[in-house]
Amino acid sequence: MTRPASLSRGVVNVLLTVATVYTLLPLTWLLFASTKTLNDLYSSPGFAFADFNLGANLSAVAEEGGGIFFRWYLNSVLYAGGGALLGTLISVMAGYCFDKYGFRGKEKLFGAVLLGVLVPGTATALPLYLLASKVGVVNTFWAVFVPVLVNPFGVYLARVLSSGYVPGEVLEAARSDGAGDLRTFVSIALPMLKPAFVTIFLFQFTSVWNNFFLPLVMLSDHNLFPLSLGLFSWNNQGTAFPEFHTLVITGSLLSVVPLLVVFVFLQRFWRAGMTAGSIK
Amino acid sequence: MSSLTTLDRPAAGPAGGGRTGQGSLKREARRRRGAITLFLAPFFVLFAAVLVAPLGYAVWLSLFSEKSSGLGFGGSQTVFAGLDNYLDTLADPAFRDGFAVIAGYCALYIPLMIGGALLLALLLDSGLARVRRFFQLVLFLPHVVPGIIAALIWMYLYLPGVSPVVGALESGGIRWDFLSSDKVLGSVVNIALWEWIGYNMIIYFAALQAIPREVIEASTVDGAGPVRTALRVKLPMIRGAVVMTMLFTIIGSLQLFTEPMILADASAGVVSTWTPNMFAYTEAFSKNDYGQAAAASLLLAALAAGLSYAVTRFGARRGA
Repeated sequence: MTRPASLSRGVVNVLLTVATVYTLLPLTWLLFASTKTLNDLYSSPGFAFADFNLGANLSAVAEEGGGIFFRWYLNSVLYAGGGALLGTLISVMAGYCFDKYGFRGKEKLFGAVLLGVLVPGTATALPLYLLASKVGVVNTFWAVFVPVLVNPFGVYLARVLSSGYVPGEVLEAARSDGAGDLRTFVSIALPMLKPAFVTIFLFQFTSVWNNFFLPLVMLSDHNLFPLSLGLFSWNNQGTAFPEFHTLVITGSLLSVVPLLVVFVFLQRFWRAGMTAGSIK
Repeated sequence: MSSLTTLDRPAAGPAGGGRTGQGSLKREARRRRGAITLFLAPFFVLFAAVLVAPLGYAVWLSLFSEKSSGLGFGGSQTVFAGLDNYLDTLADPAFRDGFAVIAGYCALYIPLMIGGALLLALLLDSGLARVRRFFQLVLFLPHVVPGIIAALIWMYLYLPGVSPVVGALESGGIRWDFLSSDKVLGSVVNIALWEWIGYNMIIYFAALQAIPREVIEASTVDGAGPVRTALRVKLPMIRGAVVMTMLFTIIGSLQLFTEPMILADASAGVVSTWTPNMFAYTEAFSKNDYGQAAAASLLLAALAAGLSYAVTRFGARRGA
C-alpha cells in the first residue's frame, strides 16, 4: 500500500521540479549573462560566471544615450503607475455603480463592458493610432497614457468584488445618516474595497508595464519611450553594433527585478483577482 | 447581488422621514441619477474615445483607398473603395499565410498550454506535492516578466553561439536550429508557453481547491485511484475555468505579435507579414496603406469576437 503511494509521490514531485527548472532557466541565464562582457557572452558557459563585469555593464546602461534608460524607467513608472492608479479608480467607481445601483439599461451597458473585454488590445491599437494621428495627438505622452486608463476587465472585476466586499446594509445605514452618494462611496465603500483596488491596480500595472504594441505604434520620440520600447530599439541596433547586446541583457534584468520583488510581496492580490475573475 | 436593490428605494430612514412628499421623492431620484452618471461617466467617456470611436473610424477608413493619379505626379487622392480593401486583404496571399501560421500556432499551442496547465494544477492538487506554495510561486513568475523581455531572453537562448541550450543539445548529439523556418513556430510556441502556463495553472488550481472535499472523498471511497479521480471527478468540475482560459488563450493567439517581432531579426523564417497582426502593422507603417491596415485590423477583431462567442456558447451548452 505504501509503495505505490510513495512511487507516485516521487513522480508528482519530479514533474513539478522539471516544470520549475524550465521556468527558472531563462531567468537564471539572464542573471549570469548580465555579469559578462560581450566576449564572454559568446565564449563562456551560459550557466557559469566568467569575469565579473556587472558593474561595468550597469554603468554602460546608465551612460548610453546620456542616461536615457532612466528616462525610460521613469516613463514606464508614469504610464504604468499613474495609468493604473487613475484607471483603477475609474474601474472601481464604475464597477461599484453596476453592483450597488439599479437603473434602466444597466445589463445592456454592462454587456458593452464585457464586449470590451473580448476585443483584442492589438486589434484596437492600430485603429486608435489612425484616429490619434487624425486628431494630432500621436507621439505624445497622452497617446499612451489615456488609452491605458480604460480597463473593461477591471470594471467586471470591481463589480464582482464590490458585491463581495461591500454589504448593502452598511451603505443604507450611511444613507440614513444623511451621507450623500459620493461621500458614501469615498468614506465607506472605498475603504472596504481596498483589497479590490490593490488587485485591479496590480493587474493593470502589469499589463501596462508589459504593453509593447501601443507605444510601438504611437511613439517615435525616444524620450517618451517606456522600457519595453526602449529595449526593443536597443535590440534593433544589436545587429549593427554588437555591444548593444550587453545593454539589452543588463537593461532587461534591471526592468524585471523590481517587478519580481513586488510580485513576491503582493502575490495574494494577484491570486484574488484571478480567482474572482474566473468565477462566472 | 442581494444588496443590489438597497439603494434603488428612496431613503426611508430617519433623515428622509421628515420629507416624504412627492417633491422630495423626485429630488431623490434626480440625485440618484446624478450619482450614477458621476460614477459611470469617466469610464464610458474614455471607453467611447479609445475603443468605440477608433473602431468606427477604422470602419470608415477601410472603405477608402489612396489612388496615385496617372504617373504618380500630383500626389494621390482618396477614393471610395467600398469593400475593395477587405477583398484585397482577404485575397492577399501574405494575409492568408498569416492565418495559416496562426492556425498552426493554435494547433500546437492550445493543447500544450491547456493540457500542460491542467496537468500541473492536478499534480499540485493531488495531495502528493511537497512545497506547494513554492511551486505555485515559481511557476507564476514568468507572468510578471514583460512579453518583450521574455522574447528577448529566449531569443538569446535560441541563438547558436550564445545559447547554452543549443550547446547542450549539440553535445548530446542533437542538432536543433530553433530559428530555422521549419522550427521557428515551435520556438514561438515555447515562449508563449513559458509566459502563460503558470498563469492558467493558478486559475485551474484555484478552481480545483473550490471543489467540495466530500466529492473527492466519495470517489476515493468508491475505489477510484488518484488518476481516475482527477480525470472523472475533478476535470468535469472545473470546466467553467477551462472554457474561460481557452477563450483568453484563443484571443491572445490571434494577436500574436511581440514574440515573432523579436525573433524576426534572428530568423529568416519570420517575415514582416508572418502573423495577421504583423501584416496590419506592415501595411500601416511600411506601406502607409491605412485603408488596408484598417480592414485587416477589423477582420482580426471580428474573428476574435466571433470565436469568443462560439467558445462561450459551446462552453455554456456543455456546462449545462
